[in-house]
Amino acid sequence: MTALVSVESLSAVATRDRTPILRDVSLTLERGEVRGLVGESGAGKSTLGKALLGILPATIRVTGGWLRFEGRDLLSLPAKELRRLRGQEITLIPQDPQTALNPARTISAQLGDVLRMKLGLSGSAQHARALELLEEVQIRDPARVLASYPHQLSGGMRQRVLIASAFAPGPKLVVADEPTTALDVTVQREILRLIRRMQERHGTAAIFITHDLGVVAKICDSVTLLYAGKVVEAGPAVDLFANPREPYTRALLAAGPRYDQPGHGMEPVPDAVLEPLRADYLASLLHG
Amino acid sequence: MVEVALTRAARPPAERRRLVAEPRVAMAGGFLLAVALIAVFAPWIAPKNPLEQDLMSASLPPAGFADAAPGFWLGTDDLGRDVLSRLVFGARIALTVSLISATLAGFVGSALGLAAGFYKGIVDKVVSRLVEIWMAFPPVLLSVLLVAVMGSGVVSVIAAIAVIDWTRFCRVVRTETQAQAARDFAMAAQAIGFSRAHILWREILPNVAPVIVALLSLEMGVAVVVEAILSFVGLSVSSDTPTWGGMIAEGRQVLHESWWVLVFPLAALFATVLAFNLLGAGLKRVLDPVMRR
Amino acid sequence: MQRLALSAVTLLGVGIVVFVLLRVAPGDPVSMMISPSATPADVAALRAHYGLDRPLATQFGLWLFAALRLDFGDSISLRRHVLELLGERFPATLELAFAAFAFGALGGGLVAVAGTLARGSALEAALDFVNGLFLAVPDFVWAMTLVLLIGVAFPILPLSGRIDPAFASDFVTPFYLIESAVRWNGAALRDLLAHMAMPALALGLPLAAVIARTLKEALSEAMVQDYILLARLKGKSELRLVLQEALRNALGPTLSLTGVQLTFMIGGTVIVERIFAYPGVGALAIDAVVNRDLPLIQGVALAFGALFILINLTVDLATARLDPRQAHG
Repeated sequence: MTALVSVESLSAVATRDRTPILRDVSLTLERGEVRGLVGESGAGKSTLGKALLGILPATIRVTGGWLRFEGRDLLSLPAKELRRLRGQEITLIPQDPQTALNPARTISAQLGDVLRMKLGLSGSAQHARALELLEEVQIRDPARVLASYPHQLSGGMRQRVLIASAFAPGPKLVVADEPTTALDVTVQREILRLIRRMQERHGTAAIFITHDLGVVAKICDSVTLLYAGKVVEAGPAVDLFANPREPYTRALLAAGPRYDQPGHGMEPVPDAVLEPLRADYLASLLHG
Repeated sequence: MVEVALTRAARPPAERRRLVAEPRVAMAGGFLLAVALIAVFAPWIAPKNPLEQDLMSASLPPAGFADAAPGFWLGTDDLGRDVLSRLVFGARIALTVSLISATLAGFVGSALGLAAGFYKGIVDKVVSRLVEIWMAFPPVLLSVLLVAVMGSGVVSVIAAIAVIDWTRFCRVVRTETQAQAARDFAMAAQAIGFSRAHILWREILPNVAPVIVALLSLEMGVAVVVEAILSFVGLSVSSDTPTWGGMIAEGRQVLHESWWVLVFPLAALFATVLAFNLLGAGLKRVLDPVMRR
Repeated sequence: MQRLALSAVTLLGVGIVVFVLLRVAPGDPVSMMISPSATPADVAALRAHYGLDRPLATQFGLWLFAALRLDFGDSISLRRHVLELLGERFPATLELAFAAFAFGALGGGLVAVAGTLARGSALEAALDFVNGLFLAVPDFVWAMTLVLLIGVAFPILPLSGRIDPAFASDFVTPFYLIESAVRWNGAALRDLLAHMAMPALALGLPLAAVIARTLKEALSEAMVQDYILLARLKGKSELRLVLQEALRNALGPTLSLTGVQLTFMIGGTVIVERIFAYPGVGALAIDAVVNRDLPLIQGVALAFGALFILINLTVDLATARLDPRQAHG
């Protein structure tokens, strides 16, 4: 059975100056699998996420490789097909709940968009389903929230709404782009657990874009670690944490704080480890 | 920090080149310069005496049409006066009035705007209320009123335009001053201990200046039109002096027989207003990003 | 509430200014009305009749009290009650202003949306350029250009008046446009609109240009926000994005600038109505000044002042309601 998502040797550069952004990246995702896409800022994980969603900006150009969803190449899909796919089969949980919701429209209207466009619901059926969805993401007073405007809700509530919105059309893949970064620490854990629960319940596959290994440890089945656009290491999460193969991976694990290991050291990744990776990047930059 | 506070808008010579290189400034500026030269040298450029009536040559069409007479390039009006000559002399009034009134309005409006935006408090309240009341008048009506009160003549027209449109400067300058005053360098200057007046004069004003300059050009465009309207209704300078507005009014009367009497002054007005606007927009484009470093 | 009080103060200010200006003016209204054979006694009697021989403050006080009772006196030059004159003509100007506004809003809105959809393309640049040109041209110039075009080149529309005299007697109220629409008087409606077309166009074009620019800027700013991206990911088309998502956020900032432009437009009726001989309040204005018709001038100035203040109030209220943060705090 073909994997849900199959990225093969994907390469991309900045259109203007041809700086490599993704270099020969490959990964697969099975149905219902949760894969963490980890890396520092600028590692290329957001770009990969955007490519999956089909929203690569004009400033980035794919120079090689494949990006397949259910066997079809997303990069060569006609715009109309892509639009149908988006918001239905592949959805997004965005990073900043503050800016991701339209301040001038009620939650009911915005959630209703998805229900109307993708599920064909309207009127009372739409309202009922919206209430159900909000209850599913553990919003206690769904009717009030539906009638509210985004600025009347807390950050955590807004993110829940966005999560509900992402799972509403029954997608096969949810891309979560650093969904807890903009939230209070106290709320982060709940949101993560919620996402995992929703994913399990609906059998949806997920790609978790994050720079935080701790997040990965909590809820991901598998991990792909990126540095400067290249895959450093990938594999089942358990294996990666227990037996990291690459020096960079080891250094990262040693460096960062972790949810399940409070008090863990905070040493930066040593230069010796970074050197070969940087050299590799420089090489592709020069010969790109 | 001292460097920050003392960083005023300096104008290196390279920017002057950029000023002229901006296409809008070049084109519009060039056109207006030409008009200005025509106005200045009107007595030498105009082929005929603009006031001379020649009833034998009345209502002649412009050159190129049947019945056109040589020497009357743009035709004549129903009193036999040469349209081209009147047009050329009309430019004098148009430019003189617009230049002086715009400068006056700019001066008063900017001064009040700077004060309101910088000193805030009661000064701001008073000025804002004043502007609001002032703007509750239809500008045309007010100008007509003022000229009627002060009697016709160039001075009244200039005064009337200035008195009406200073609010345009005031509002924009006030907003701009507020923005500049809130910027770091102004606050730094205050922290160092420069007097408020010093800050206003040396720090804020140079950065607000580009806005004022661009607005001046716009204002001159407005002033030209207001003058035209006033002379259209016969309230501007004496009816002997040729004005574009006056020609437009006359042209309207004879529209069906001699359309050229209306077309040329209207076109001149159209072009001049466009040029002023283009110049203003171009100036803004050039001066703005430079100042907002 | 506070706004209303401030507005009242503003209106009073307007009244005072006009009053003082006129009294200070050289040129006596009475001297314009009398025949050359009048004796000084006649002149004095006439002046007393109009109260022009009393001190300034008294005159103003008298006028103010009368004004509060809505008694604006009689027009000296037209010899009719000022209130009556205003009552006849104000609706005409209102309808014209409404038509001009409708044209300006629709035209400007269309251009703004088109420009936003064409972001980054040559079409957008072209639209911006043309818009810039239109922004520069004032209503007076448009009016004369239209007179030129329609008068000489394409004489398809009437150039003066409000309505063909044949229809004039059909109406009960001074609101011809509304009445003919409500009573479905097609012929009269067409005639009205035909007469209104040129002046409305002259007034509306500058407004359209301002709306087009301001709305497009606001829309473009909204379109780069995150929520637009998310909505795009839901599968919405560009047009839907602009209309359903961005527009609501763009209307607020556009409104205040539109309001200011609206007041300029209303002021423009003074000259545009005159050019097209459209029987509104504006058409009265200039002649009233030239004739030193004090009561009429005051009435007209107050009428305009009140209208301006009304527009400002409406814009303020609308802006507050449009911003959900303010409306549903």
